[in-house]
Amino acid sequence: MNIFVILKRTFDTEEKITISNGKVNEDGAEFIINPYDEYAVEEAITLRDAHGGEVTVITVGEEESEKELRTALAIGADKAVLINNEDVEDFDQFSTSSILAAYLKEKEVDIILAGNVAVDNGSGQVGPRLAEELGIPALTTITKLTVDGGKATVERDIEGDVEVVEVSLPLLVTCQQGLNEPRYPSLPGIMKAKKKPLEKLDLDDIDLDEDDVEAKTKTVEQFLPPEKEAGKILEGEMEKQVQELVSLLRNEAKVM
Amino acid sequence: MEKKVLVLAEIREGEIRNVSFEAIAAAKKVANGGEVVGLLLGERVSHLTKELIQHGADRVITVEDRNLNVYTTDAYLQAIIQVIDYEKPEGFILGHTAIGKDVSPRIAAKLKTGLISDAVSVEVVGEEVLFTRPIYSGKAFEKKIVQEGIVFATIRPNNIQPLDKEPSRTGHVTSIAVDIKDLRTIVKDIVRKTTSGIDLSEAKVIVSGGRGVKNAEGFKPLQELANVLGGAVGASRGACDADYCDYSMQIGQTGKVVTPDLYIACGISGAIQHVAGMSNSKVIIAINKDPEAPIFSIADYGIVGDLFEVVPMLTEEIKNLKVTN
Repeated sequence: MNIFVILKRTFDTEEKITISNGKVNEDGAEFIINPYDEYAVEEAITLRDAHGGEVTVITVGEEESEKELRTALAIGADKAVLINNEDVEDFDQFSTSSILAAYLKEKEVDIILAGNVAVDNGSGQVGPRLAEELGIPALTTITKLTVDGGKATVERDIEGDVEVVEVSLPLLVTCQQGLNEPRYPSLPGIMKAKKKPLEKLDLDDIDLDEDDVEAKTKTVEQFLPPEKEAGKILEGEMEKQVQELVSLLRNEAKVM
Repeated sequence: MEKKVLVLAEIREGEIRNVSFEAIAAAKKVANGGEVVGLLLGERVSHLTKELIQHGADRVITVEDRNLNVYTTDAYLQAIIQVIDYEKPEGFILGHTAIGKDVSPRIAAKLKTGLISDAVSVEVVGEEVLFTRPIYSGKAFEKKIVQEGIVFATIRPNNIQPLDKEPSRTGHVTSIAVDIKDLRTIVKDIVRKTTSGIDLSEAKVIVSGGRGVKNAEGFKPLQELANVLGGAVGASRGACDADYCDYSMQIGQTGKVVTPDLYIACGISGAIQHVAGMSNSKVIIAINKDPEAPIFSIADYGIVGDLFEVVPMLTEEIKNLKVTN
């Protein structure tokens, strides 16, 4: 099976967010593989081990994304592709999915796995957009995947309920928590990863012009939420505290 | 400039979801004096048109087709694209729900347009429509505009105030026939797992448990409290990882991001990833044995104590209150 994983380099979830000049400050921040994409990598490796084939991880991003791709190779992916987008001035989900589609149109694809959402931008658009551009079905927020020949049975998380869906390949899925338990890179894996192929491409290489992928949306401003005032810790006998809490909820917070 | 704005009205359990009324309110702003058109998809939906109009839709389009009875991406995509081709709206608003999140990026890709997902507010400044949306799981926000094509956005439930229902409002209803074919997915089954049928993303009250609940049984008092408040039960990653509950209940950076009016965190320490998923709740209560737990620093009200003592007391107190009222 030809398995592709769409991966994004994101801010470490532990990072504190600061703003300078109306933008989130990325200087000195730690970066990681988008946590949802880790489920995608894990599922791809499991699929390959069960059905044979090859796992290719792809990212659209800056040069530094090589580090996250190497991590995916160390976890067990076979090949990696970095499509450099540094020349594109305005960038959004339209841009990313158009670039990925241009690359993948030339490939034989059985299954594409992506994260349900990226923890930085949180749009959840790239996977379904890519599927549409490639003309293949997509199933979002999946929690179970079983492939049998040219068919797949998928369980999806739909706002807490589970939907069971049958679909034929090729297929794109976006991965939700609960799908699997991602493994960590092992030391031999890290050593092997250094020798695995990592292809670096520019837009020219996939016959795209910067103008073709310019963003359709524009960020005007980024800002931090207002700081929360310190709350009130209740004191005294427990029964009195509970009564006071209910009274505060009714009369002060007015949520009851 | 006045705009014609389409709104997808979602139906669940035979009723229009509240988020769709919120979407109408958002669409009113985007329309800027123009027309808001509600869109109902399903097998038998005409009895719901009145309610959409009473909540602010100027006109309603119904598309009745047996392929739209259960949501599938293909069927909805085909129906919506045909309606857009016919109506040529200048704006389109959906809820940021399982359906909205799934179908809207595909519509955007098909139309080659921009899409602003998960908006929490909308404002019109001059000719521009600005949407505010959380980034980094609510640790920051951004304002965005669509540069070309239709003004297209999904809105997060519970953030935009719906318009008051006006029983005397009237509006036209148009029925459109569509051609739906080549469906590639078959929905075999839908297994209901949500407690009391209240979805976390739309719940006004959430009672959430962490490792402090100790085991699956430990969620029982939380469920009882949620029941008296008409709310839903959520969990921290710690509780899910420990197998006390299903991952579908997880709230946090890698779980669900929620914005209820009232969030009651029971036995939750307040790891940064959990806080990212609930910190924009309007009022937060923390109940935890450890007075040093970080959750207290973001809570509006805190009780230092054992949840197994505090939560049942709270349930009783609220029950009594309801009886006396």
